[in-house]
Amino acid sequence: MIRVEFLGPIQKEPLELEITNLNQLAKILQDDKEMTQWLDNSAVAVNDTLVSSLEAPLKDGDKVSLLPPVCGG
Amino acid sequence: MLELYDGSLDVSDILKRWYEEEATSNYGAYIPFVGTVRSEDGIDGLSFDIYEPILKSWFEAWQQKAKAKGAVIKMAHSRGDVMLHESSYIASVFSPKRRVALEFIDEFVEDFKASAPIWKYDLIDGKRVYAKDRSTAIKGSGILGK
Repeated sequence: MIRVEFLGPIQKEPLELEITNLNQLAKILQDDKEMTQWLDNSAVAVNDTLVSSLEAPLKDGDKVSLLPPVCGG
Repeated sequence: MLELYDGSLDVSDILKRWYEEEATSNYGAYIPFVGTVRSEDGIDGLSFDIYEPILKSWFEAWQQKAKAKGAVIKMAHSRGDVMLHESSYIASVFSPKRRVALEFIDEFVEDFKASAPIWKYDLIDGKRVYAKDRSTAIKGSGILGK
């Protein structure tokens, strides 16, 4: 099971998904109307490390986080 | 050193404490940047969410860069609400000579704005409104999009 968390202003409860890679997550979220405004501008972290491609494999227990645009300070 | 606080920062206390911590460390320069909430667009204040695990690793990478130049960075940031004329952010660099600290504070604060996992909201009429127009997508964003 993979836990997917939505950070900051993305108002969405975490998901628990049976997926093995980020491509599968992309397809699921692309079909989710709530996520339309966030997918093109959010960064993705796997187990708190930012990733730059969808190819990274996921294993049971991994945590995926979506980070929308930031503005600290 | 990374310090996170609920609500506004006690600027005088933090700057004084950091100064005293390094008073005998033989740094020639101490350059603080203090971010204060200004009155604009009718806001009552700002509010912040922080994702600590990635903020900590981002900060630690910068601390290593600073260390390689003989410098040290200290940073404090608020969580939650910070009202007008209060401060939400302090970044400081200590270094042996001024040039390193002046350049480092500029690079550090710019990358902080672009990369640190912190989300800002305007407080308007009791509501928390995401400051989308002032926010920056983290480098590498958008891989889940079509």
